[in-house]
Amino acid sequence: MDILSFFIIIPLLTITGIILVKDMKKVKIVAALGMGIQLILSAVLIFLYVSERKGGNTDEMLFIKDIVWFRSLNIHYAVGADGISVAMIGLTSIVVFAGIFASWEVEFLSKEFFVSLILLATGVFGFFISIDLFTLFLFYELAVIPMYLLIGIWGSGPKEYSAMKLTLMLMGASALLLVGIIGIYMNSVPEGNLRTFNILEIKQYVIPMNAQRVFFPLTFVGFGVLGALFPFHTWSPDGHSSAPTAVSMLHAGVLMKLGGYGAFRVAIYLMPEAAKELSWLFLILTTISVIYGAFGAIVQKDLKYINAYSSVSHCGLVLFAILMMNKTAMNGAVIQMISHGLMTALFFALIGMIYGRTHTRIINEMGGLMKVIPFLSVCYVIAGLASLGLPGLSGFVAEMTIFVGAFQHPDLFHRIVTIIAITSMVITAVYILRVIAILLLGPLKNTQFESFGDAKWYEKTSAIALILPVAAIGLAPFWLSSMIGLSMQPIIDKIMSINLF
Amino acid sequence: MNLQDFLLMRQELLLALAVITMLAAEIFWNPAKRSSKSLFAVILFSVVTAAGMIPSEEGFLFGGMYIASSLTTLMKNILNIGVLIILIQSFTWLRKPENSERVSEYFILIFSTLAGMFFMISAGHFLMFYLGLELATIPIAALAAFERYKNKSAEAGIKLILISALSSGVLLYGLSMIYGTSGTLYFYDLSRVFRAGSLQILGFIFFFAGMAFKISIVPFHLWTADVYEGAPINITSYLSVISKGAALFIFILILYSVFPVIKVSWQKTILVTSILTMTIGNLFAIRQQNLKRFLAFSSISQAGYILLGIIGANQLGMTSVVYYMIVYIFSNLGAFGVVTAISNATGKENIDDYNGLYHTNPGLSLTMTLALFSLAGIPPVAGFFGKFFLFTAAAEKGFYFLVLIAVLNTIISLYYYLLVVKAMFINKNENPIAGFKSDLPTRVALTICIAGIFATGFASIIFEYIKSISFGV
Repeated sequence: MDILSFFIIIPLLTITGIILVKDMKKVKIVAALGMGIQLILSAVLIFLYVSERKGGNTDEMLFIKDIVWFRSLNIHYAVGADGISVAMIGLTSIVVFAGIFASWEVEFLSKEFFVSLILLATGVFGFFISIDLFTLFLFYELAVIPMYLLIGIWGSGPKEYSAMKLTLMLMGASALLLVGIIGIYMNSVPEGNLRTFNILEIKQYVIPMNAQRVFFPLTFVGFGVLGALFPFHTWSPDGHSSAPTAVSMLHAGVLMKLGGYGAFRVAIYLMPEAAKELSWLFLILTTISVIYGAFGAIVQKDLKYINAYSSVSHCGLVLFAILMMNKTAMNGAVIQMISHGLMTALFFALIGMIYGRTHTRIINEMGGLMKVIPFLSVCYVIAGLASLGLPGLSGFVAEMTIFVGAFQHPDLFHRIVTIIAITSMVITAVYILRVIAILLLGPLKNTQFESFGDAKWYEKTSAIALILPVAAIGLAPFWLSSMIGLSMQPIIDKIMSINLF
Repeated sequence: MNLQDFLLMRQELLLALAVITMLAAEIFWNPAKRSSKSLFAVILFSVVTAAGMIPSEEGFLFGGMYIASSLTTLMKNILNIGVLIILIQSFTWLRKPENSERVSEYFILIFSTLAGMFFMISAGHFLMFYLGLELATIPIAALAAFERYKNKSAEAGIKLILISALSSGVLLYGLSMIYGTSGTLYFYDLSRVFRAGSLQILGFIFFFAGMAFKISIVPFHLWTADVYEGAPINITSYLSVISKGAALFIFILILYSVFPVIKVSWQKTILVTSILTMTIGNLFAIRQQNLKRFLAFSSISQAGYILLGIIGANQLGMTSVVYYMIVYIFSNLGAFGVVTAISNATGKENIDDYNGLYHTNPGLSLTMTLALFSLAGIPPVAGFFGKFFLFTAAAEKGFYFLVLIAVLNTIISLYYYLLVVKAMFINKNENPIAGFKSDLPTRVALTICIAGIFATGFASIIFEYIKSISFGV
C-alpha cells in the first residue's frame, strides 16, 4: 500500500468507526483520534518527501500509485504528490484537526455531523493527491455535496437559502469543469492514440489552440468559482456566515484552495497558451475580487461576513498571482493559499468560540472582550495581524512574494493591476484594525460579558494548532518556499516553453 | 432447425412457461393459502432470471426474424433484474385485501408484457418488433388500471391504452412507408437498401415519433405524469424503468443497425428533442408536490440524458446507454421503493409529508438520499459514473454544446432532488410520519438497490463487459 492512499483510507475508516460507535459522547473522540492520526501521517509524509528530495530524486511527482480502473476509457486511480500537494495536505490535516476540536460542543445529531465533516475532508485529501483528472473531479464533487447538509442542518441564520445557493453555484461550477475536463481528455493525445486523463501524460503534448481557447475558460472559471472569482463569489459570504464553525473553517481554509490549486495544476499547466492569451481578462476579474472583497469587508457588521469578504479578497489574490504566470508570483500564490487557509480557519474558529459566549456576531454589540477572554482575544489579534501582512507572520511572506513576482512583468497593464491590487493591503489593515478596536479594546459594552470563562482545553488545542504553523511560516519561510519552488519548476518550464515558438 | 436452436430464445420461452405455471397455479392453489402465491411467483421469476444469466450461443431464428446476441441477452438480463426488484417491492401491496384475490393476474400480466419487450429487443424484422411492442403495451394498460375501483387508476389505464394505440398507429404508418419504398422489413436488408429518399425520411420520422411516445420524449411526453400518478405505485416504477428501458434499448439497436445511412438526420432530431426533454422534464419537476409526478418528470429528464449516449452513434455511446440503464434501474427503483414503503404504511405521497422523515425513519431517508444523489449524478454513487460516460460519449463526436446544456440541466435537477433531501433532513414538522419498521421484502429490495448503486459505479468490469459486446455505426 502506498502512503498517499492512506489519506483516503484513514478518513473512511474514521467514518466507519463513528457510525459503529454506540455512545454519542465517544463520537468526537473517534473523530479526533482519526484526524490526529491523519495529522501525524501528513507530518510523516512531509518528512518522507523532504528526505526523498534530499536523496536526489528529481521526479516531478513522488509516491505515485497507478491502478487501471476503466480500461477502455483509460481511466486510472492515479495518485502522486509533489511539494505543492504535500504542503496542501499538511494544511488540510491541520485545519481538519483544528475543526474537530472547534466543534467539540456539537450535540444535535453529532454522529451525522462528524461523518459529513470527515467525508468532506476525504474529498479534499483525494483532490490534492489525484493526478488523474477523472479521480480529481470525482473527489471535487465529493467534497462539495456534504456542504449542503452541513450548512442546512447545523447552520444558523438563513441557512437553507445559503446552503442551496452554495451547493448550486459550486455544482454549477463543477458542471463547467466537467465539460472542460472532457474537452481536455478528448484532445489529450495526437489523433489516433489512446486518450488519457493523466496530468503527467497530457502535459507532454500541446493541446491544439482552438481546443484550448474553448476549454481553458471553462476549466478556469470552473475552478475559479470555488476560489471566489468575481462575479461568481456570491455564494461565499452567505455560505460562510450560515455555516457552523468547523464548516466555515474547512470551507474557507481548505475548500476554497481547491479552486486555486486546480487553476494552476489543471487549467494553466495543461493549457498555458490559452492562459497567456486570456489572462488579461481574468486578471481584471481577480483584481476586482481583491479590491471588492476588501471594500466589502469594511462595511460589514457581522464578524463572519467580514471574514467571508476578506476571504474573497485573499483568495482573489491567489488567482491573481497564478495568472501572473511567473515563478515568484506562483510560489507566492501557493504560500498565500497555505497562509490564508491557516489564518482564516483560525479566524472562523475564534468567531465560533466568541459567538458561543456572546450569542451575537454583530461587532457593535460587543466591546472590551480583551478584559474577559484574554486568550481568545490575543489569538484574534494574531490572526488579524497575519491577515494584514505583518512581518514575522505568514501573511507577509505570501503577499510580499506575490507582489514582487507580479511587478516583474515589465508591461504597463500588469504594473497597473498590480498597483491596484497592492492597495488592498491598506484596505485590509483598515477592516482588521477596525474590528480589533471595536471588538476587543475599549470598555466592556455589556455587563453580562463579565461572567465569560476563557478558552477551554479543546478550544486552546484548536487555536494553537493553527497559530503555530502561521508563526512558523512567518519566521522561517524558506523551507516551505524551496519545497514549493522546486515543484513549481515543471509548471514554469511548460509556461516558458511556449515562448520559444 | 432443431430443438436446440430454441435455446436461443430461452428467456422468452421461460417467461411463457412462467405465465402458464401461474395460470395453472390459479386453478389448483388452495384459496386459503393465497398469500404464499406471490412468494411462489417471485421464486419462479428468480429461476427465470437466473436461467437467463447462463451464457449461451449467439444466432438467429425463423430466417432472421429473431436475433439472439450477447447484447440482447444482457439487455434482457438487466430488465429481468429490474422486474425482480419490482416484484419483491410489491409484496406488501399485494397483501392488501382488495388485491389479494388477483395476485396471479398481476404476475401473469407482468410476465407477458416482459415477454413482449424481450421479443421487441430480439426482433430482426419490423413485424416481429411490432408484435412484441403490442404484447408489451396492452398488459401494461391493464396493470395501470389494476386498482380499477379508484378513478385515477382507471383513468391512467384508459389514457395509456389510447396513447399507446395512437403511437402504435403512427409507428405502423411510418413502417408502411418504409416497406413501400424499400420492399423489405428485415433489419439486415433494410440497412443495405435504405436510402435517404424523402418518403423514407418521412417514414422514419413517423417511426421516431411512435418510439418517442413510448420513451416519453418531449414533445410526446404529456401522458406520462398523469399515468404515473394514477397507476398503482409498482406499476409506475415498472413504467418508468422497465418499459422505458426496453424502449430505449430497442430504439438504439434499430437506430444503429437499420438507419446508419441517415445518421446525420436523426442526430439533428435527437439533438433538439434531447435538449427539450431534459429541460422541460427538469423545469416541470421543480413544481411537483406529489412524489409520483415528481419522479415522472425526473424520469422524463433522465431519458433526455440517455439520448446523449445515442446521439454519437459510437460504440462508447451504446455502452454508456446500456450502463446507464443499469444505474438508472437501481437508482430509480431505490427511490420508488422508499415511496412505496411509505405509501403502503401511511398512504402519504407528497414531498411535504416527508418533512422531518430522517428523525423518525433514518434508514429510509438515507436510501432515498442515495438514490436521488445517484439520479442527480453525485459521486461516489453510480449515477456519477453513468452520467460521466454518457457525456463523454456525446463529446467524443463533438457535441460539446449539448453536453454543456446537459450538465447545466443536472444542476437544475440537483435543485429539486435536494428539495426532497431538505424535506427529510432539514425541514421541521409537528407530526412527522411515525417511525415504522419496514417488512422483510421491502428491506431486501432496498438493499439490492443500494448495493447496486454502489457496486455498479466502482466495479469497472461491468462497464468493460458491456463495451466488449456493444457496437457503433
